[in-house]
Amino acid sequence: MRPQGAGPIRTTTTVVIGAGHAGLAMSRCLADRAIDHVVLERGEVANSWKTERWDSLRLLTPNWQSRLPGFGYEGEDPDGFRTMPEIIDFLDRYARVISAPVQTDTTVTSVRADDGGYAVRTGRGDWRCSSVVLATGACNIARVPDVAEAVPAGIATLTAMDYRNPEQLEDGGVLIVGASATGTQLADEIQRSGRTVTLAVGEHIRAPRVYRGRDIEWWMDVAGILDERYDEVDDIVRARRVPSLQLAGSPERSTLDLNALTSIGVQLVGRLVGIGDGKAQFSGSLRNQCALSDLKMNRMLDTIDEWATENGLDDEVEAPHRLPPTEVEDSPPLGMDLTGGAINTIIWATGYRPDFSWLEVPVFDRKGQVRHDGGVVDSPGMYLMGMQFLRRRKSALIDGAGDDARDLSDHLAAYLDGRRTGAPN
Amino acid sequence: MASTETTVDNGVNVEALLEAREALSEAPEAAKFTWRASCKWVNGTHSNSTVEGFFGLGEEQKHRTTFTFDADHPEIFASEDNGATPVELVLVGLASCLTAGVAAVAQNREIQLRSVTATLEAGMDIQGILGMDKDVRNGFDGINVHFDIDADASAEDIKALVAQSQKRSAVFDIVTNPTNVTVEVN
Repeated sequence: MRPQGAGPIRTTTTVVIGAGHAGLAMSRCLADRAIDHVVLERGEVANSWKTERWDSLRLLTPNWQSRLPGFGYEGEDPDGFRTMPEIIDFLDRYARVISAPVQTDTTVTSVRADDGGYAVRTGRGDWRCSSVVLATGACNIARVPDVAEAVPAGIATLTAMDYRNPEQLEDGGVLIVGASATGTQLADEIQRSGRTVTLAVGEHIRAPRVYRGRDIEWWMDVAGILDERYDEVDDIVRARRVPSLQLAGSPERSTLDLNALTSIGVQLVGRLVGIGDGKAQFSGSLRNQCALSDLKMNRMLDTIDEWATENGLDDEVEAPHRLPPTEVEDSPPLGMDLTGGAINTIIWATGYRPDFSWLEVPVFDRKGQVRHDGGVVDSPGMYLMGMQFLRRRKSALIDGAGDDARDLSDHLAAYLDGRRTGAPN
Repeated sequence: MASTETTVDNGVNVEALLEAREALSEAPEAAKFTWRASCKWVNGTHSNSTVEGFFGLGEEQKHRTTFTFDADHPEIFASEDNGATPVELVLVGLASCLTAGVAAVAQNREIQLRSVTATLEAGMDIQGILGMDKDVRNGFDGINVHFDIDADASAEDIKALVAQSQKRSAVFDIVTNPTNVTVEVN
């Protein structure tokens, strides 16, 4: 048992909640500014990576790309992709190198506004502080669609967060709902385990792993696509909702798109739109979803080609090429009997959402999302990290934490100065 | 974009639509619309439908005029053919929704349209509606839409217009996804 509310109330300037890459990057930036702080972590450093990911997952971005303030990759395989133990080790070493003041096994149970600052209650005592950084991440809870309630008894259901490896599943058919990075990787692994996979495909973003001989993330990095700012895009609400790129971090650096899945026998169907009378219903929009995705990918590759030409790279890299269009059969199935034994398992790969149930400050919009301007939360002294397109397209990547932490710690330091001098902020 | 100053005009007031979108994000309740139609049996398979009022932006609204639609079945069904069949009206709904979407998206993307023609075809095995074979559904076994579009844009950009139009189309959604239908009798 953890002691509840034990000890006297402790005081610090800034409480950072969460010791993942975002919280640690912020800790480093606060230390650089000599701002007294503590990092509260419900488990251990890199807790989500340790406890909420499937066994075979590798980071979707190459080794060289995990650049944190004062830390980066120094190994001999810059183009490789970290396994889960390697990511955990990487973040553990970062926490040690920067001497981050992490309090592990400390679950925050509430954050409240208190006397011009914040009161942070944890399972191991309470804190008072002037500012708070929410760095608990964007992926605390697996989203499950409402139709899950209508799944017939006898079918095992699990989320991508519960999934570890194919051996966990019964033999036979598996319906995977969702075809972004998670759904496509699970479909590949589970189909190869000898189970037959049906993949329900909604909106998705296709991308080649390697383009013109370079990793797609390399292109997006050098061409400035990942640095695009939240206040520069046409529709930030939409940009924050865009699904993850269909990428996998395999040693072969192979592209994991719907064509690759079809070629190993995965059955593609439209978005799961209903379950009734023991039957799953799939949308008739699969062809357009694939057309939209192909068009979007080709626009990005056009942007990359233009950038390569403008920057004189055409002779250094391979010639431009395009992937064949996504193949969709003439009449994809619109329904599937869930009671006949063809499907034993349904896996929800329908995205994740953050958990701010402990945040007792009125900063939520009508959709329950934290109101913020590029991570500056609508409550003085409160900051948000690690969300999709928080300040830049790369904000949710490990590689995005550094620039965001630098910007937001600047803002935080100015806020603290303003409080000290009594100037309005 | 072309170097000469051109004004794209597809007859769609995109500014008004974008302003409405902005206003509705502040007042999402006003975005809840109710659409209505009424239908009177005339004789045989002939019926006459009317659309007039609808609800939206928080109050009752009215079309500029009352619109009526005759529906019937062709003579080979031993009917009098006083109007399009209901399934053809579904195709009309889908075609006009996608076409309106193409115009709106083109305006927003500053693409001048010169002509847009949609041609639709839907297969149906009437053993379903005649109750001859329970394995045959009543409705279409598929719908094919073909667009011929002449516009100041690349082939890829035109494909993107049509794809985006499907993504934002109400009738495309209604046709491709299930909808609960409740039918009551007085």
